[in-house]
Formats: sequence, C-alpha cells, structure tokens
Amino acid sequence: MKSPFRLHGGVHPGHFKEMTSGLATEDLPMSVLTAEPLRVSLHQNIGAPSKTVVAIGDHVLKGQLIANLGGFVGSVVHAPTSGTILAVEPHMGPAGRTVLHAVLEADGEDKPAPPMPPLDPETADRSVLDMRVRDGGIIGMGGAGFPSQVKINPPPGKTIDTLILNGAECEPYLTCDHRLMLEHAEEVWRGALLLRKMLGGVRIRIAIEDNKPDAILALAKFCGESRLDAGVVELPSAYPQGGEKQIIFCCTGREVPPGGLPADVGVVVSNVGTVFSIFQAVARGIPLFERITTVSGPAVVHPKNIRARIGLSYRSVIDFCGGLTPDVAKVLCGGPMMGFAQPSLSTSVGKATSGIVALREADVAAYSSDPCIGCGRCNAACTFRLLPSEMGLACEADDIEEAEALHVMDCCECGACAFVCPARRPLVQHFRRAKGAIVARKKAEQAAEAAKKAQQG
Amino acid sequence: MVGIWIPVAVLGTIGLVCGIAIAVIARKFSVAENPLVAQIAALLPGANCGGCGYAGCEAYARAVAEEGAPLNKCNACDAKLLEEFARLTGRDAGAVGPKKVAVVFCTGALDVAARRFAYNGVADCAAAQATAGGDKTCAFGCLGYGSCARACPQGAIVVEGGIARVDASKCVGCGACEKICPRHVIRVVPAEHHIHVLCSSKDKGAKVRGYCGRGCLGCSLCTKLDATGTLSMDGALAAVDYSKPPLENPALAAKCPGHCIRDVAAKEGKTA
Repeated sequence: MKSPFRLHGGVHPGHFKEMTSGLATEDLPMSVLTAEPLRVSLHQNIGAPSKTVVAIGDHVLKGQLIANLGGFVGSVVHAPTSGTILAVEPHMGPAGRTVLHAVLEADGEDKPAPPMPPLDPETADRSVLDMRVRDGGIIGMGGAGFPSQVKINPPPGKTIDTLILNGAECEPYLTCDHRLMLEHAEEVWRGALLLRKMLGGVRIRIAIEDNKPDAILALAKFCGESRLDAGVVELPSAYPQGGEKQIIFCCTGREVPPGGLPADVGVVVSNVGTVFSIFQAVARGIPLFERITTVSGPAVVHPKNIRARIGLSYRSVIDFCGGLTPDVAKVLCGGPMMGFAQPSLSTSVGKATSGIVALREADVAAYSSDPCIGCGRCNAACTFRLLPSEMGLACEADDIEEAEALHVMDCCECGACAFVCPARRPLVQHFRRAKGAIVARKKAEQAAEAAKKAQQG
Repeated sequence: MVGIWIPVAVLGTIGLVCGIAIAVIARKFSVAENPLVAQIAALLPGANCGGCGYAGCEAYARAVAEEGAPLNKCNACDAKLLEEFARLTGRDAGAVGPKKVAVVFCTGALDVAARRFAYNGVADCAAAQATAGGDKTCAFGCLGYGSCARACPQGAIVVEGGIARVDASKCVGCGACEKICPRHVIRVVPAEHHIHVLCSSKDKGAKVRGYCGRGCLGCSLCTKLDATGTLSMDGALAAVDYSKPPLENPALAAKCPGHCIRDVAAKEGKTA
C-alpha cells in the first residue's frame, strides 16, 4: 500500500545505491579475520557500557559471551570468532568517543560456541523470549544502537497496537537493509511474526522506500499470504524518510510528542536488521556478532556489501574491497548525510555499522560558511517542522536558552537543513553543541538537587 | 486675525501646564544618586570583566560606595588608583591584590604540533574538541580556534598560527578564558611567576616527541636543576607549584630538552 501520509519537507540527495544494490552480500575469508587483531567495542549500545566477563589470555569461541550488561539500558557482547583475548584497552569509537575495546586475536579456526537452545515462539514464555533477546546482544542496527530487550518492553501504561519494520534505508550509498530484505526475506518476516506475538498481536507495517521495488515485492508476498493485518507501506524516496518518527507519521499519521517515545503513540519501530537478528537469536540460538555492511563510495575501488563481523577494522574491510583510491578525502561511518567522518581507519566495525563510505576530494567541499541569508530553505526542509535558521542563529550567538525554547532537543540531526543551506552553515554541528550544553546543564542541575536533598535529609 | 491666536493660546497653555507638571514631578520623584558611585565608576576600566566578583564595573562601584566592599578587588587598578579610591571614600585602600595573569600552557603552534585530520567545522574550540576529540594529535594542547580570545573582555589574547598567546600587559586575570577553554590549557596564575612549564601533555616523552617539537618529555632534568623544590613531576609532566615563590634559575629554560620551559620576563612581557 502506498503511504497515505506525506512527509513534511525532506531533501533529495543523489542516492548512488546502484553501486551496490545489485551485489549479493559477500562473506569474508578467514584471512581477513586473522590479518590483524580484532577490536570489539564494549560500548556499542545507547546506555551503559558493557562489563567484560573474560580475562586477558582467555581463549574464547565464536559467539561466546565476552561482556555483560552494564545497566538496565545495556547490552551484552559476544566474540565474533574464536581466538585469544589479548587486552582490554581504550580506543576511539566511530562517533569520536573513547571507549573500552576487547582486543581479540583470531586463531583462524572460527570454532563456534554451542548455540543457545532454539525457542519456539508459539510455546515459549514471554519472559524467556525477552531474556533471549537480551542474551542475543541485540541492539538497534539502524544505527542508534538502542538495546532491543528494553525497546520491546515499553513502560507500563503504554499499549502498543502497531509494529513497524524500518526497511526505508534513506541514507545515500547504503544498501545493507535492501540486500537483507532480498536475501533473508523469510527470516525478516518470521522475526516480524515473533515480535508481533511478543507485543500482543499487533498489526505489522513494513516501511520500504519506493527505490527498492524488489524488496517491496519480496515482503509483500509474505504479508499477503498471511491472514494477518500486515502490509508493506511504500514510501516515496526522500531523506530523512527512514527516521523513526518520520516513519511512524508516514505509516500511521501519528506524531510522537516532543521528548516522547514511539510507545507514547502505541508504536514500536525496529530496523529490519534488528528484526532479523532477533529471529536468529530466538529460533536458531545465534547471538549478534556480524551484520551486512555496505562498503561504498567513489573512493572505494570495489564497492561491496559484506557480512562483517564486529571488531574488524575499517582498514581490513576496505582492503577486502580493493582499498581506497589515492584521492580519498573522507571515510565515513555510515552515509554522507548522518555519518561520522573518521580520523583513522583503525575504527572497528560494530553492530550498528550499516555502512562505510569513502569520498574523494572532488566529492567533498572543504568550505567556510557565510552568514545566514534568511532564505528559509532549511525551515522548508526540516521534517519535524523545526526552525533550523532561528536555532542556528541562537547557537551561533551562544544563546542556548533560546535554542532550547526552539526545541533543538527534538532535532534528530539528520542534516537535511545543512544540506540545502546555500550559505553552507554547519547547522548540525551547532545543534549538537547546543544539545550537549543543555544535557550538561540538566545533569548539573540534577546533581545540585540531589546534593541539596542529601544535605536536608 | 483673532483665529490664529486661539490655537496659540491653547497650545501655549498646554505647554505651560506640562512644563510645570514635569518640574514638579522631577522634584517630587527624584532619586538621590550617590555621586561617589559615578566618581568611582569613572576611574574603573569599564570592561565589565567580572574579575572583581561583581556584575560589572558599575555594580562594583556601587558596592564600594554604598556597601563597604573592599577597594582592592579590581585587578586592573594600580596603587595610584587605589590611593584615589581611598581619598574618595575616606577608607583604607588595603594592599594592591596579588596580580594574576593568564598563561597558555602550550606552545604547540601549527608549525611544530601535528594535526591528525583536517577539521572543517565551526571555528570554536569546544566544537573542535567534540569532533573526534579535536584535530590536534596531542590530546592536551591548545586547539587554536580562538574561543579564549573571543571570551577575553580586555582583548588580551591573540590566536595566530593555531596557538593562543596572552599579552600580559593587557590581562587583568579575570579568568573568563580559563572558564571557556575545553582543555583547561589556559589558566590564571600569580603574575609574579615568570618561569613556566608551557606544556600540558601527560603523555610519555617518546610519544610527545612524535607529535610536538616543544613538549615536555618527562625527563625531570628541571626538577634536579631546581633547588627550591618549586618544580615537581606530575607523572610525565613537570609542574610549577604556584603557591611557592617564583622560580629564578635561568638554566631551567636554557637546559630544557623539550624546549617548553620559558621565562616570559625575558621578552618584555609580551608572550606567555
């Protein structure tokens, strides 16, 4: 079915997906895994960093637990292959934050740990299924990395009536979700059924952009054959169509309130990769330690979709794809709209690394920005109906209170505004700085409140 | 002809009534302004830097004139001005407060300190720091995007060649720069100290040498040359104890193999 609700604003960057959308996912040979030690990040999820349960010198098997939950909003981490733990040391993650990584030297045998016992979704207890999602180390694979066992258990008082599978993949160059839907359509569908049962018999909507007609057909077939209220929603290709709140609006017409969650409007949204991984963990007992990643961009010699294990360095993955061209200027974790430029190729692949995009000097403009010309294109582009022009001016003048009053905390940092700005203003960077200042101020206020209470009590 | 005189009379009367009303109101509602406040405010530098602890020069002048605030809180005022304050207020001026000055504990300009990636974003130090930890290979040194210079109410900081430099003759030690620096590289210290270890890197010598031509190598030679015990090693970084009397030994700057100990008095108080 075509989406009955139109997204406000949005932009249309070239998507360049034809570079990899027709390429089947390739598995990496063992030589890539043994070329250099793997660095598995212990903080891939939103929330608390994971705590190691292995010691230096331990030999681990593929899929063996190496780190446990660090908190309620936390996730577990498994070894991507068999080998020896060499160290646990800090290293920079893809978003520029330094976190602990477990350094694993692969032994080349890829010996798997015994899988967790497969569960039957029809007969298994809800709590057992929840624990399996947690024990599978599943986090949001669309990029955010929110722990799935928390997401599928909304706070009490919130009734869910819709499950949306996010197969939009609006970011240019990325085709990992597209390939997953083509190559593993049945597992994605069965994962959706599993989640539907866990959420209490909700309706299913699979959101896919119209630039993926083959994926739409593949999943529509399953929807049609079932007798359930399930359907594929065909979305017009635009950026940022695939944002969680944008998808909810386009599929249901509901707006998530500012500062609110999808659960507030009765919806749970999950990326198709996450749903696939949940199915793997429940039905096959396989935890999450690898994913499809698109390595693409004009500066990659042989762009591919690869099944990458967590812990592989960007360098080894790019080498497998023929390496970089000599005029490479930028290597991104993710796509060119929301991705993070990397200062080095030693960053490691994580559960939420949907793509590695390399751009040449000709594709990247190193610019200096001009003052705002008041054209308003950014305001027209914002899908949340925010006012990037006003927020940008407030941030530049260091007026963080004004930025907060303009709802900068609701900005999803998609970059559509910066993309259209003729003055090339670094709007997203301004908003990130303002958000950081607001969060820091709130933390300080909370700490002061707590200190005051402690003194009085 | 009589016609013209009626409007003249009416407007004239209105004018007269309003004039009298203004005069009466001005006298009835006048606020007795202490002339001392204006006199003191006129002597203050007027930069509103907040270094005295009050909300600007006008607020400090009012505090001195009406609330008995100490006369020596403004770092920009010398002994002569203090005498003037004492004369105006009839109070004891007290000693000139210990002069403080901002020092940039880094000399890693673009020509000596490596950058690990090309930063293309907002020219603000906090923004640069938030981008993959900052583009300088040294995680501790000055980023050189000028946030301190913009924060300085006295215009005492110049950022050139990727490094900040303080003009000590203009600095009043208000600390605005120290508050804004995301790496805490620029700090306010007692101005009587003129020999400083101008490096903030906690890394070991070999690593420092790899990314900066003027960094502390942690060799601790300076702590051995200094007999007063003012210099000590904080891990691999030499540190001056500013609570002790200032260092005077010229060998410290001359012999430092990392070229990062400087005597700012040696060059007419221009660079820090």
